[in-house]
Amino acid sequence: MTEFLNDWGISLMVFLPLIGAALMAFVPASQEENHKTIALFTTLATGLVGILLIADFDYDNSDVLQFAVDARWIEVINARYTVAMDGMSLPLIALTLLVVPLVIIYSWNHIPNPGNPKTFLMLILVLHTGMLGSFVAQDLVLFFVFFEVVLLPMFFMIGVWGGEDRLYASLKFFLYTLFGSALMLVSFLALYVLAGSSTFNMVQLAENVVTEDISKTAQVLIFGGMFMGFGIKVPMFPFHTWLPDAHTQAPTQGSVILAAVLLKLGTYGFIRIAIPILPEAAVEWAPWIGLLAVIGIIYGALGCLAQTDMKRLIAFSSVAHMGYVMLGIATLTDFGINAAIFGMVAHGIITGMLFFIAGSIKERYHTLEIARLGGLLVQAPKMGWILAITTMASLGLPGLAGFWGEFPAILAAYDPAPGLSDALFRVYMVIAAIGTVLAAAYLLWLLQRTAFGTPSEEFENDPHIHDVVTEEWIAWTPLLILMVVLGFYPRLIFGITDDAVINSLLALGG
Amino acid sequence: MLSTTSLFAVSAEIADPVVKTNLLYEWVGLVPGTMALSFLLILFFGKKLPYKGAEIGITAISLSFLFAVAMAFTWIIDTQSVLNGDKGETAAAVVVDDPIGVGETAAPLIPLAEEGEKARVTIDPIVKEFDWLENGNTTFGVGTLVDGQSVMMLFVVTFISLLVHVFSTDYVGGDRRYTHYFAFLSLFTASMLFMVLSTNTLQLIVGWELVGVCSFALIGHWWEEKANSDAALKAFLTNRVGDIGLLVGMITLYFGAGGTFDIIDINSQAVAGEIDHTLLLIASCCLMAAVASKSGQFILHTWLPDAMAGPTPVSALIHAATMVVAGVYMIARLYPVFWDGLSISGSNINLMALMGGITCVFGGALAFVQTDVKKVLAYSTVSQLGYMVLALGVGAYTAGLFHLFTHAFFKACLFLGAGSLSHACHHTFDMREMGGLRKIMPKTFATFVIGSLALAGAFPFAGFWSKDEILAGAGVWPGTGGNGTYYIPFWFGMLTAAMTAGYMARVIWLVFMGEYRGHAHPHENGNRITVPLMILAFMATIAGFLNMPKPFADFLGIKDAGLAFEHWVEPASVAHFPAISHASPSLSLAIVASLVAGAAAAAVWAYYRRLHQMDPKATAYTDSFVANNKLIRAGHTMLVEKYYLDHLYTHLIAGGTKGPLARAAYWFNQNVLDGTVNVAGRSTASLGRFVYRYIDQGAIDGAVNASGLGASGSGQVLRGIQSGKIRSYATLMFGAAALLAAVFIVVV
Amino acid sequence: MLLNQFLLLAAVLFAIGVYGVLTRKNGVLVLMSIELILNSVNINLVAFGTFNADVSGQVFALFIIAVAAAEVGVGLAIVLLIYRNRRSIDVSEADMLKG
Repeated sequence: MTEFLNDWGISLMVFLPLIGAALMAFVPASQEENHKTIALFTTLATGLVGILLIADFDYDNSDVLQFAVDARWIEVINARYTVAMDGMSLPLIALTLLVVPLVIIYSWNHIPNPGNPKTFLMLILVLHTGMLGSFVAQDLVLFFVFFEVVLLPMFFMIGVWGGEDRLYASLKFFLYTLFGSALMLVSFLALYVLAGSSTFNMVQLAENVVTEDISKTAQVLIFGGMFMGFGIKVPMFPFHTWLPDAHTQAPTQGSVILAAVLLKLGTYGFIRIAIPILPEAAVEWAPWIGLLAVIGIIYGALGCLAQTDMKRLIAFSSVAHMGYVMLGIATLTDFGINAAIFGMVAHGIITGMLFFIAGSIKERYHTLEIARLGGLLVQAPKMGWILAITTMASLGLPGLAGFWGEFPAILAAYDPAPGLSDALFRVYMVIAAIGTVLAAAYLLWLLQRTAFGTPSEEFENDPHIHDVVTEEWIAWTPLLILMVVLGFYPRLIFGITDDAVINSLLALGG
Repeated sequence: MLSTTSLFAVSAEIADPVVKTNLLYEWVGLVPGTMALSFLLILFFGKKLPYKGAEIGITAISLSFLFAVAMAFTWIIDTQSVLNGDKGETAAAVVVDDPIGVGETAAPLIPLAEEGEKARVTIDPIVKEFDWLENGNTTFGVGTLVDGQSVMMLFVVTFISLLVHVFSTDYVGGDRRYTHYFAFLSLFTASMLFMVLSTNTLQLIVGWELVGVCSFALIGHWWEEKANSDAALKAFLTNRVGDIGLLVGMITLYFGAGGTFDIIDINSQAVAGEIDHTLLLIASCCLMAAVASKSGQFILHTWLPDAMAGPTPVSALIHAATMVVAGVYMIARLYPVFWDGLSISGSNINLMALMGGITCVFGGALAFVQTDVKKVLAYSTVSQLGYMVLALGVGAYTAGLFHLFTHAFFKACLFLGAGSLSHACHHTFDMREMGGLRKIMPKTFATFVIGSLALAGAFPFAGFWSKDEILAGAGVWPGTGGNGTYYIPFWFGMLTAAMTAGYMARVIWLVFMGEYRGHAHPHENGNRITVPLMILAFMATIAGFLNMPKPFADFLGIKDAGLAFEHWVEPASVAHFPAISHASPSLSLAIVASLVAGAAAAAVWAYYRRLHQMDPKATAYTDSFVANNKLIRAGHTMLVEKYYLDHLYTHLIAGGTKGPLARAAYWFNQNVLDGTVNVAGRSTASLGRFVYRYIDQGAIDGAVNASGLGASGSGQVLRGIQSGKIRSYATLMFGAAALLAAVFIVVV
Repeated sequence: MLLNQFLLLAAVLFAIGVYGVLTRKNGVLVLMSIELILNSVNINLVAFGTFNADVSGQVFALFIIAVAAAEVGVGLAIVLLIYRNRRSIDVSEADMLKG
């Protein structure tokens, strides 16, 4: 069993969804139930493989790349099919494996207009492959391919199943990300050429950068290209404008996947690729990344306060929350990056949950305009409670997951890596701390306006408004449980990531 | 902290700190655990039970209370035995970590023994910790820390919480969210104890925030009305503002102490002078902001009176007796940090003392103009919290904690009394709708008066002793000693003593004297309400004797009873507590303070008596010197408007952020950032369309796309050339051919 | 050898042809100018063929003549159609290929 997992585990996990999608292609579109079943079983099977991998993972050596497979792929450019996982990618893989089945369960009775579950679910499965692939790829070309595979299904999801302004939003999403990807690819290629045109393997590249003695200017420029690629995906201020549109227009499932996993591809790229390979350039860039991160925190929060639409508000809150993640990364310390990974997972769970709730509210009230909502706790008390818990988690309340991404990131900013200005990062720390107040302000304001009070006359006797239904319970319960469990036992993630993060920062000399 | 070899080498008078432990100390974590379990049980099963979950809550809190009492007694017995020379077990026999070995570097200690007293020793804190998380190869724990301070607090919290639970079964009986109410009481108690028992500052932060959210939920208990949810929001947000200070302060401490959250460790280092003074100063100032928000210090106190929107038992438990003293508790927990950071010793003034002083005076002044009995009590709480902070600020550690202890009883008594009044008077707290209730509600009247006397500091009630110690601790009165000469805080404290007596006299007159002015049919309440009141009144009467001055104890003929509280609670002769010196009690000061308070009460009493004689139904003068003097009227308006702080916060800061600032940021987002994107998008609109079609048809990877974009872009440039005119094409063709020919010729 | 003269003649013819193509508005004249260009090329081919004693030059010239015939056929048909549609054979007005 172990042997099989070692050789085939990761590949099986990554490509199972694709096989499922291929299977669905042969089933006529009219058999909707079959499609849903196939999709669900595929993701569950993927999850099972993932669980086996996670169970078999050697946690004592979480800094070592495990289940590694290294096979021939495109020999002309020395790109190889290299996949593996370590403590840094494991939490994110687990998050992906969890979220996608939940999204499919949620889709059971919530296929957005214009229907066609076949294509919709196939797209989700393709996304699944792309996301898992990005988290396990150890080769830059392979990573890039998976990174881009994610783009297409999302584009169609927004463009076809989205809201009124879907074409604009999907195009903006696509072009913006593509723009970043292009620069990223240029960086990858430049790195490949400068490092001796021998390999695209991330670990070897990091070594080659040292041995080939690439000039600092070149490193800084290459890092800049990666910064654009990953930074747009995160999204960092000021490249975030695609996000509110994409989120607002995307169907619930799309928003959830986007928030829960897709945004993490960017931050993951920083900690997996940019920083370990180009540590010197990272030190040059870190103050700027930190600056944009704290601007994002404050700015995202202010943006939230100005919103009148619930979904758009949640989207803007992502800008602020990813700011904490980026601040953690910008410190270039093990403490900060651990916090960042925790923040990614926590944000995935919490914001994913918020989008689920927003979707369900929209389905019941047919509007997400905050001013028209109110009294959710009266009409659907359980949902109101869930909303309350989730907003509390989102504003970083200790005892729930959000806190452990936020506080350690702020803490890490007090004492950034050697070579970075302490004073500057301490200013960032204080600004980030102020951001927590604003976060509380917009989230509680949202909670007050939607959940508290009494229902408006418009919806007072609306029979469509009912409490949480079964498939919502199934989809939401795991997220809620994780929110609390991670909040009370943060070791669950920190314990896994710590060694791997320390390992990835060895090049920084810290 | 634990390795003690160097400690008793310093002075022969200082004995070896004693290590004691037993199952109660080790397993005190069960208490918050029980309450947390109770929360979950009530939440999931409460509604199905015959008493809607209240029985679970009361069982849990009763068990916790018994545990706390048992522990308090064990602690007292242990401390007394140590005081009488018991050396306890040897340190080596007890397995407790000493991660940095602070004992080796401890600073010389000043002998703490007062004249004629044996060198005093306390039991070492009993720490029990579990791994919580690890980050960067450092492991952080969560656990319990037992020492005098936490034992005292554990007792207070469980005691008040138990009484509030019982009181609530009647008071909120039949409420629409009765079960949730009890669930949150449990959660609150759990969180509060979690915080009280913190072994490290990280745990303290977590507990601190959790009690905040419980407070949020309970203030907003009746969230249907916007005023209530507004008050809840205000409380939470104001606390969040303070939390900035908490986070920054604790982080500064973490790094200042070389990367540790451990409270004892930080304290030891602060005492030993190993932490940079500037860092301690920054940390102290930041933490003071947190104290200001949580413990309602001026200028962040504004949430506390609004928090009275919650059910009255909640106000008694959370917003008077326990949660709001978290700030005071935190100062006491990290006392060495503040001691050094704010240079408390040998000074005239410092931030903490000043903040406390201003708060007690300004809060007391506000209490005079309230018509809502709960609001009076709320401002009184603000004022008394200021007193505690003042005490800690002038170095009177035990006095501060002792005041916390006594205040919990009499203020809970008063709040529950107010609840009893409102329960009887058709849910109003307006004193203009009351009056003459002393005959109708004799039990409430008696307990309320006792509570008021204790609050006003009348001999021999609880408040008298604690207040007197604080005033003595300021070190101004001749013969008191103390840690400095804090003139301003002292006079502020004295003024507050007078004001406290004054406004409580006003409340008692308006509520209990004269004739009934309301429209309900008041009646005395049942046992579940009056018995807790009587218990609290009893405590308010006797609690003060726990720390009576030695001369008084001698006078009474009970020899070792003097300063018992101090012996039990204050760590002495250890490496993790500063060498504070104790003020000596002063009979003359006690007499003067009592006279001042008595005079103020008498003046107010006379004022309202005269009013009553003029018009039996009136509650304020309409035509008099006071009502007509411009200056006084301006002052009155200032007080009614609460120093305009609420306007500042709500309209200027919150409104400004939410309104113009947020809108400006959003405008910037939509028009500048997004505008840039859109302009770029529009100017390459056909480029976009091209990509769209291109992608739509299928499989092209990102690299090809990127080159496609470039090709399309250059196509736009070349588009102008494509005029459709054959001859211009031909021109170009020939021109190009000629050019190529020229190149060819040149090259070849 | 007289190669220079042939080449000179061809160059002159070519230049006249180019001038005609670029300046004449009349479609037929443009076609005729193109014929001139083609023929100048033919002259070159034949001249070089003879110069190098190689028949392939003449073979190419024959090809070109054949192709030129076809070209003129198609070209005239186009001009005719343009005339039918527009009542004019002014090539400067025929810009429907504009992008």
